[in-house]
Amino acid sequence: MPMSVKTFAQVDEAARALAASRSARYLGGGTLIMRAVNYGDQSFDTIIRTTDPRLKQIAQQGDMLVIGAGITMSEVIANRETAFLAPVARTVGGPAIRNMATVGGNLFAASPYGDFTAALLALDARVVPAGGQPISLDEFLNARERNAGLVIVSVQIPRLRDVNAFRYVKVSRVKPKGIAVMSIAAVLPMQAGRLANARVAYGAMGPRPLRALAVERALEGRSLDEAGIAQALAVATEGVDPPSDPIASDWYRRQIAPVHLKRLLLGQRR
Amino acid sequence: MAKKPIQFQLNGSGQAIFAEEGSNLLDVLRRGVGDLSPKYGCGQGTCGTCTVLVNGEPRLSCLTLAETVEGQSVETTAGLAHGPQLHALQHAFMDNFAAQCGYCTPGMLMAAKALLDRNPSPSREEVVEAISGNICRCTGYEPIINAVLAAAQSGGRRYG
Ligand SMILES: Cc1cc2nc3c(=O)[nH]c(=O)nc-3n(C[C@H](O)[C@H](O)[C@H](O)COP(=O)(O)OP(=O)(O)OC[C@H]3O[C@@H](n4cnc5c(N)ncnc54)[C@H](O)[C@@H]3O)c2cc1C
Ligand code: FES
Ligand code: FES
Repeated sequence: MPMSVKTFAQVDEAARALAASRSARYLGGGTLIMRAVNYGDQSFDTIIRTTDPRLKQIAQQGDMLVIGAGITMSEVIANRETAFLAPVARTVGGPAIRNMATVGGNLFAASPYGDFTAALLALDARVVPAGGQPISLDEFLNARERNAGLVIVSVQIPRLRDVNAFRYVKVSRVKPKGIAVMSIAAVLPMQAGRLANARVAYGAMGPRPLRALAVERALEGRSLDEAGIAQALAVATEGVDPPSDPIASDWYRRQIAPVHLKRLLLGQRR
Repeated sequence: MAKKPIQFQLNGSGQAIFAEEGSNLLDVLRRGVGDLSPKYGCGQGTCGTCTVLVNGEPRLSCLTLAETVEGQSVETTAGLAHGPQLHALQHAFMDNFAAQCGYCTPGMLMAAKALLDRNPSPSREEVVEAISGNICRCTGYEPIINAVLAAAQSGGRRYG
């Protein structure tokens, strides 16, 4: 099918063009969109992109770290402000994919993709659409299909008081590069030896990255040791809806979730 | 079908061609320019045989919207040799029997070149990481890794 490509200097113009057309798709790094084009996807005939520098910034703004939606995984790895996210970005695809895959595109990537978004979810990130107010990532993901008509400018991450409170693991069968069996991201703030307001998110455990709310509740006020996390492990798979795909079955993903959650929480090496 | 002009540097020489809108860089290189060195394997980013360098960084040309390389520098294996003088990596691939059927070779070479340009003496682990997005269907990974390490050891000089 003939395709047309429209490039805009301003993200707001791109957003208007996208909103005005049912058969247009926004192009980030293109790792998923160009796949669809190559496979003759008939659901769109227009590609919309922008060269707006706002999508390419990484900046500390007040209490927020702002990462432009057009920032690639390689750029996350290379930038000092986002150094704590480098271990996450490194798990996305191989080197060439990381030079292309953007933060914005990852927000829309279907399971089992979305490792970076799982980390953003644990970090309580907000999504900033062109011409709109920031939305919490939880809310954004719950209505992701509807949000497909928006152009995302950036994500905002509240400043972490303690960078060491952030943990992440991606479980895959192939090293060093492999699609997720699951990924787990957690922010584990401690107050006087007790967990307070922990956030835990899973990738590849549902149609989109999701919060492990039961785990979070079970961790509240507990200590980070075998006894303290026992209840959290018992509810590790509450509310999940894992896919069965060529990487792993629903059953397998459920079986391994508590094992990897335990290692992550206790900081055990794999 | 609508065609768009695209200009870029390919292996150091200017290219100006018309490409169908929405076409990927691999198609433009192979059908538009006639550089058949990058291969088509999967068209979905999984195999890596279409790897080219854009401004020195590896990219999957099958997933790169061609017009995004406007004004940029693209490198393919066709530009590795200087006349009859092969690149150190090409010699090392031959010496170490790193090509069996050879289908993955152009992608492996470009992924390895990007690594050595940045890091002239990589560890084995760094080599494995650098080619982790490239699949060798003949599964000859060991000779490929050894070849990249040998090319690094030669410092690009041994072969001229
Ligand atoms: C071989 C291979 C391996 C991969 N491995 C992984 C992996 O390990 N982990 C992982 O998480 N993902 C992986 N992916 C999926 C994908 O590369 C990433 O999720 C990537 O972050 C998607 O970003 P993109 O910029 O390439 O998306 P694009 O293809 O440009 O876009 C994807 C979707 O997001 C939308 N979109 C993109 N940017 C915006 C924006 N700013 N505003 C609104 N909508 C937008 C597009 O319209 C489209 O619907 C892999 C892909 C391939 C091909
Ligand atoms: S053809 Fe591009 S990755 Fe396989
Ligand atoms: S040599 Fe055959 S695919 Fe690698």
